[in-house]
Amino acid sequence: MSEFKNTDVEQFHGVWVFCEQRGGALMPTDLELISEGRKLADELSCELCGVLLGDKVEGIAKELGGYGADKVLVCESPLLKDYTTDAYAKVICDLVEEKKPEVFLIGATNIGRDLGPRLAARLHTGLTADCTHLDVDVNKYIQFLSESSTLDLSKQKFNMEDRNLKMTRPAFGGHLMATIICPRFRPCMSTVRPGVMKKAEFDQKKADACVIEKPAFSLKPEDIKTEVLEIVKAAKQLVDLTGADYVVSVGRGISKDVKRGIELAEELAAVLGGVVGGSRAVIDAGWLSADHQVGQTGKTVHPKIYVALGISGAIQHKAGMQDSECIIAVNKSDTAPIFEVADYGICGDLFKVTPLLIEAIKAAKAAK
Amino acid sequence: MKIIVCVKQVPDTSGKVAVNPDGTLNRASMAAIINPDDKNAVEAALTLKEETGAEVVIVSMGPPPAEGMLREILAMGADRAVLVSGREFGGSDTFATSQIIAAAINTIGVDKEDIILCGRQAIDGDTAQVGPQIAEKLGLPQVSYVAEIKKEGDSLICKRMLEDGYMTIKVKTPCLLTCIKELNTPRYMSVPGIVDCYSKPLEIFDFNKLKDDPLIELDTIGLKGSPTNIFKSFTPPQKGAGMMLEGADKETCQKLAGILAGKHII
Amino acid sequence: MDFTLSNEHKLFRKMYREFAENEVKPLAEEIDETERFPEETVKKMAKLGMMGIYFPKQYGGAGADALAYVMAVEELGKVCGTTAVILSAHTSLCCAPIFENGTEEQKMKYLPDLCSGKKLGAFGLTEPNAGTDASGQQTTAVLEGDNYILNGSKIFITNAGYADVFVIFAMTDKKLGNKGISAFIVERGFKGFSVGKHEKKMGIRGSSTAELVMEDCVVPKENLLGELNGGFKIAMKTLDGGRIGIAAQALGIGEGAVEEAIKYTKERVQFGKRLSQFQNTQFQLADMHTRMQAAQFLVYNAAMKKQNHEPYSMDAAMAKLFAAEAASDVTRRAVQLFGGYGYTREYPVERMMRDAKITEIYEGTSEVQRMVIASALGVK
Repeated sequence: MSEFKNTDVEQFHGVWVFCEQRGGALMPTDLELISEGRKLADELSCELCGVLLGDKVEGIAKELGGYGADKVLVCESPLLKDYTTDAYAKVICDLVEEKKPEVFLIGATNIGRDLGPRLAARLHTGLTADCTHLDVDVNKYIQFLSESSTLDLSKQKFNMEDRNLKMTRPAFGGHLMATIICPRFRPCMSTVRPGVMKKAEFDQKKADACVIEKPAFSLKPEDIKTEVLEIVKAAKQLVDLTGADYVVSVGRGISKDVKRGIELAEELAAVLGGVVGGSRAVIDAGWLSADHQVGQTGKTVHPKIYVALGISGAIQHKAGMQDSECIIAVNKSDTAPIFEVADYGICGDLFKVTPLLIEAIKAAKAAK
Repeated sequence: MKIIVCVKQVPDTSGKVAVNPDGTLNRASMAAIINPDDKNAVEAALTLKEETGAEVVIVSMGPPPAEGMLREILAMGADRAVLVSGREFGGSDTFATSQIIAAAINTIGVDKEDIILCGRQAIDGDTAQVGPQIAEKLGLPQVSYVAEIKKEGDSLICKRMLEDGYMTIKVKTPCLLTCIKELNTPRYMSVPGIVDCYSKPLEIFDFNKLKDDPLIELDTIGLKGSPTNIFKSFTPPQKGAGMMLEGADKETCQKLAGILAGKHII
Repeated sequence: MDFTLSNEHKLFRKMYREFAENEVKPLAEEIDETERFPEETVKKMAKLGMMGIYFPKQYGGAGADALAYVMAVEELGKVCGTTAVILSAHTSLCCAPIFENGTEEQKMKYLPDLCSGKKLGAFGLTEPNAGTDASGQQTTAVLEGDNYILNGSKIFITNAGYADVFVIFAMTDKKLGNKGISAFIVERGFKGFSVGKHEKKMGIRGSSTAELVMEDCVVPKENLLGELNGGFKIAMKTLDGGRIGIAAQALGIGEGAVEEAIKYTKERVQFGKRLSQFQNTQFQLADMHTRMQAAQFLVYNAAMKKQNHEPYSMDAAMAKLFAAEAASDVTRRAVQLFGGYGYTREYPVERMMRDAKITEIYEGTSEVQRMVIASALGVK
């Protein structure tokens, strides 16, 4: 084992993925990151290695192979059963210093975002937060820019030999994108936004071939300065309209069958993981309570997706939702003003369209 | 007992965000505000002050105009403020920033019963990295995503939010917590607070004041020293005038779901 | 001459604005609609030290200045005329006369609770037969032993239903006319004191406006405010100060209407253009803003003169006259710019128009202000 020197860039090899488990089960992010890590490992022609910490978790390690991991490092101890910053950071830092991976990916979950910065600070290297796109190969990166940026690529110069990991992330709520590199130190670390990277097809043969390695590590109870008193799983978090990422609002268009209209909105909101809102007409009619109102006299929302079902789009309604990232409108009348602010419009009966939309979104989410 | 709160002045991205033609943010056109999560940290500190009589010290790194923000926090009830400001610090990434702020906190001094509070993340970068990195550099335990704080003797009992629930974590002081908006509702400045805020102490820590602190590595601060660098920055393609999808059938809906999945927003 | 605000005053503006936007604006429509006094807002203002802004800390005040107070009423007025007048009546018409005319004992007894907002204040001068002509007071006060016995009634009293402390005027010597009026500090709980009929109003509908009835009301003689028979002077001086408060309220209402109109006309499309692209809209808004800006200078000037203990009676009258008429004009124009929507209660401008009107009437009508100004000019 040679001495760990993080500026000896050439000494670092391999792509690592921190595989988070909660209650002994893998997180969906793990599979997304292993799938993405596979692509990067192929571009770097190196090994992809999962890092799994927990208590009696060896049994779930092989599954990671099915998504592309060549190897999984499994560290088991009762002290690692539940996540603690101190225990996980110590064990992982020791492993990194011993084995020197070039790239280290961590899911940007609440736990990943607790662990990642602590590791990077201790390892004395850079960390890029919440990445939505990763490239090593320059050609692939140029291809990405041509699709996802407004840059004039004819004026950009690229070093085709560049093997740095190019980590792209949104800033300022997605108004700007930045590609970050970490050229001087290794490993090159990134937390990756959950739900962004595409999960590969599971391959049983690869799972069977995956190597499980159980490295030695040292961890003592006194290394851990915090004490987990309890872990509570909440059925559903209460989200208010203003802070919601997804809002499905209904308007006068549901009058034909109010109960069904609201049910559909609730179902769509549940599929998206959001909440239900309403136009003034709906609130005044007493179909929804006042706290649901979106608009001038109601609440101003800026979710990732705003779905307007049967809302004509009076100026006072638009005032409360036009800054949403993506607006989808379903309305019977193709001249409804809501279509002027909508990113995607469907002219049709909401009672027919909404169930189809629910199915389609469910299917699209399942395919991820 | 001291409570040190780290705050950042950020451009208000909740309204319209203005981007220059070269892809950088047009900061001049946007209002500068206290980072929202940091405001929750300030409120938590002021609440703890009411319970314990602790001194509340605000630390911020930023250009000289950030003094205005610090005065606002003093008008909310904080006792004193430190502005870490110097050209040498400009352009720092999270690694470099946390090193400088940790050095500033080190200079102020962390005693056994002290607490350091940060916001979870700043709305300009959304990294959530500086808090934990300060904790690492100061060698303190951390609890992030804190939605409830109870003080019990020399320990804090924290409710730490997860995506699917929460953990209850006990941690001894000194320690660092990062706060989220569920923790509290920040108070307003008060009239007597404003009357007093310009006579409360506000110290500037510049490069010379911090350069000899053991936590400062001169080759990893500022734009040049930061481990991470911006390779490219760009704006995503502009939102079109909107698109009417053809039809209203199953295929239409599948197409729409496909577009949304492609944009990673579902 | 310096027209820029100090850093402190910029912070005051910011604080009031955040408070008004988040705590006051969301209630404005509802308290107007239901004619409900916003007690919860008064409690919140109290917590922030807004109920005694410019009084010294030794009396429980916040120790700020008259400009900081005027800005508070202005920012509240932008979103809710009702809340603005609650603060103005409490501060200018009750705390101020006690602070300016009270004995040390009276100040220590009443100001700390008023400034902390534990108690709300009001002012009783107007009577059914003594409106603009305040000298026609019919309420009487007769000394009997250690107490004055008050009889009579007061009408149109702002904050009446919720106030705990009242500055009340009564005739102590009828023969002397004006010079026989005295002022008293009357507590709600004094024997023989009651609140009568509540008025139903056109605007500022959330403010409590009611009659005060005194039937052999027993007021300890140490509650005589100022000198015996010196009440008329106190009333006039108090109204001078009060006018600055009402001028600030009018200023706020007008500015609020301009803000709403700018926002709306930038969004509303007619004939394929945003309303803001029509020259009529542009000219209207330019005039409206200019009027309110002029009003602001007059109001701030009057506040600064009061703060600096310079004579300010005419300045206050000019500020109120101009701000009130500007507010009425600007809110009416805002409704016109909004068109049909402006006439509905979906948008706040019709409320602002109703709220603005009262500022031309109470605490001295516009006609009274002209009398004050003309008399100060020596035009007789």
